[in-house]
Amino acid sequence: MNRALRVLFCIFTLSAGVMAQTTLNGAGASFPNPIYQKWFSEYHNLHPDVQVNYQSVGSGAGIRQVQAGTVDFGASDGPMTDEQIASSKVKVLHVPTVLGAVVPAYNIPGVSQEVKFTGEILAGIFLGKITNWSDGTIAKANPDIKFPNQNITVVHRSDGSGTSYIFTDYLSKISSDWANTTGKGTSVKWPVGVGGKGNEGVAGTIRTLPGAVGYIELIYALQNKINYGSVKNASGQFIKASLESTTAAASGVKMPADFRVSITNPPGKTAYPIASFTWLLIPTNPADKNKGKLLKDLVLWCLDSGEAMVSALSYAPLPKEVADKAKDAVKQQVK
Amino acid sequence: MPESPNPANSPGPVEPAQKPVTAIPTLAQTATERKTVAVSSALERIRRTHPRSSRIPDKTFALLILLTGLSVFAIVVFVAWELVDKSKLSLHQFGFSFFWGRDWDPVNDQYGALPFIYGTLVSSFLALLIAVPLSIGVAVFITEMCPIRLRPIISFLVELLAAIPSVIYGLWGVFALAPLLREYVEPFLAKTLGWTGFFNGPMYGIGMLAAGIIMSIMVIPIISSITREVLTAVPQSQREAVLALGATRWEMIRMGVLRNARIGIVGGIILGLGRALGETMAVTMVIGNRAEISRSLFAPGYTMASVIANEFTEATGDLYLSALVEIGLALFLVTLIVNALARLLVWTITRGQTGRASA
Repeated sequence: MNRALRVLFCIFTLSAGVMAQTTLNGAGASFPNPIYQKWFSEYHNLHPDVQVNYQSVGSGAGIRQVQAGTVDFGASDGPMTDEQIASSKVKVLHVPTVLGAVVPAYNIPGVSQEVKFTGEILAGIFLGKITNWSDGTIAKANPDIKFPNQNITVVHRSDGSGTSYIFTDYLSKISSDWANTTGKGTSVKWPVGVGGKGNEGVAGTIRTLPGAVGYIELIYALQNKINYGSVKNASGQFIKASLESTTAAASGVKMPADFRVSITNPPGKTAYPIASFTWLLIPTNPADKNKGKLLKDLVLWCLDSGEAMVSALSYAPLPKEVADKAKDAVKQQVK
Repeated sequence: MPESPNPANSPGPVEPAQKPVTAIPTLAQTATERKTVAVSSALERIRRTHPRSSRIPDKTFALLILLTGLSVFAIVVFVAWELVDKSKLSLHQFGFSFFWGRDWDPVNDQYGALPFIYGTLVSSFLALLIAVPLSIGVAVFITEMCPIRLRPIISFLVELLAAIPSVIYGLWGVFALAPLLREYVEPFLAKTLGWTGFFNGPMYGIGMLAAGIIMSIMVIPIISSITREVLTAVPQSQREAVLALGATRWEMIRMGVLRNARIGIVGGIILGLGRALGETMAVTMVIGNRAEISRSLFAPGYTMASVIANEFTEATGDLYLSALVEIGLALFLVTLIVNALARLLVWTITRGQTGRASA
């Protein structure tokens, strides 16, 4: 009994040193989860007294939790809407961290070349107006590819996701039909097609269903070596998604003060048209001042040294001017 | 308290041979005196009816078991109350038209549950349609006709089906079953049974048919293991009696065994239906996730459990969340109603029949 008490006492005194650690809790988007985990573990190695705990529960849950104040920061693939900002107990600053892109993947029997998609083609396919790969509109953009007479099956995401948000945002911009009927969102009422769960579900369905076309995240396509097509941007160039073309998409866009901007279909000759920021939601006036200061340092570190680590994980880094602007905003607005 | 060792007494509470020694309480003056008397007479009763060594443990055990039973009921009530509470916003907005609305549009905040209810019911009943004859066949084979050496192997293999996680079934469905259906089964069905209207339209492989088949495989071990228990419990005398009357093997099985085990088999089917109604992962990977009502089994569909699993984490907006919780409430109600109907069916079948081999 005595020995047990002594052991417990030793553990308590030792853990007193460990207890001086502060834990920052965050929750939100699953798209940037790998890079956030890397960032936070690197930061902990540099600052052992700060432990950051991030749960990828989804952008919606992240927004809800940061609004309610149950987490210290949130993360979201789509910016908060005006209503959400108005109804939030906690005022947040949207800090862009990395860029993601969405690519069109397909399975056309007999076609192994890269297919060129225009906005018109994509909108037509996803609205259900273009139903066969031998359609004239597709052939016009791809004069050197012989398409079979194969029905098109659209594959979309059945789960709510930032990827769907980016894609539907792009379609809303290039097609007024789409904007009026379906609109943009993490979950929409798709006019045609079947749903797959997650990038894996969509990619799996495309792979096994001849004639299928769908949209998946660029990182997923790169890491799993899935064929995807190029998309025509606003300048008329057919751009195949890559880390460079995704970063280029963010360069030419006028950044508003609150960083809530959509960068789909941007101007810019080398810009890839279907890309988006992902944001950290940082409270501007945190209740716990100590945690607020630590969080501010963390975010500034991410925008500075963290950006150098993103390409290794196939994320597109922020353009330098955006990162600088974000750092200034964090320094000024976060108390 | 010395008890006379009477051999005619059964073990348990033993009647004392003589009158209790304590005086019978008559004129208790004050309330406390009356309370003391009540407690002491209760203790007297315990002392009389319970052997000294197991009095308190017995009472404690009885109390614990009562609490366990009540807690199950309490959990169900709590779940139902939470569902109603969190879906109040959507109930207020749409009222009962939610349950027959066909539009699921998160962007415009229009929600209707009918496609999901339809998808859940159709996929579950399709699963049962395929699973019930197979399971009863497997159970009859294992209990009646299988060589004794093969019995443990086959029953182990059937139980193994239950141990496979749902996600594996889903993966197998997408990569193995769906191409098989698309290449061979669906064209064949369209050619032979296309006139019924249930087997036409574009053939994706994934869809209601694939979901029904996968769910039937998941439900077979449940129904077959319960059916097997029930068939084994039928007394041998029943089988022998039917055989003695000149029945063939199949007639013996039908009249002597299956007939007696009816109630148990229906109970097993209800359990299997319960699993099918709630199955989420495997279904959402193969059903195509399209909120539309379509007669053809080739078409994609959507179930209530699937839509909640798919959209709950990313749902922003209170009405959207509330609508999803209301779908959960709808699933709860559908399960209750289907179970009640099944019990009603059992009751009508067995009404007026004296219970023979009730398992």
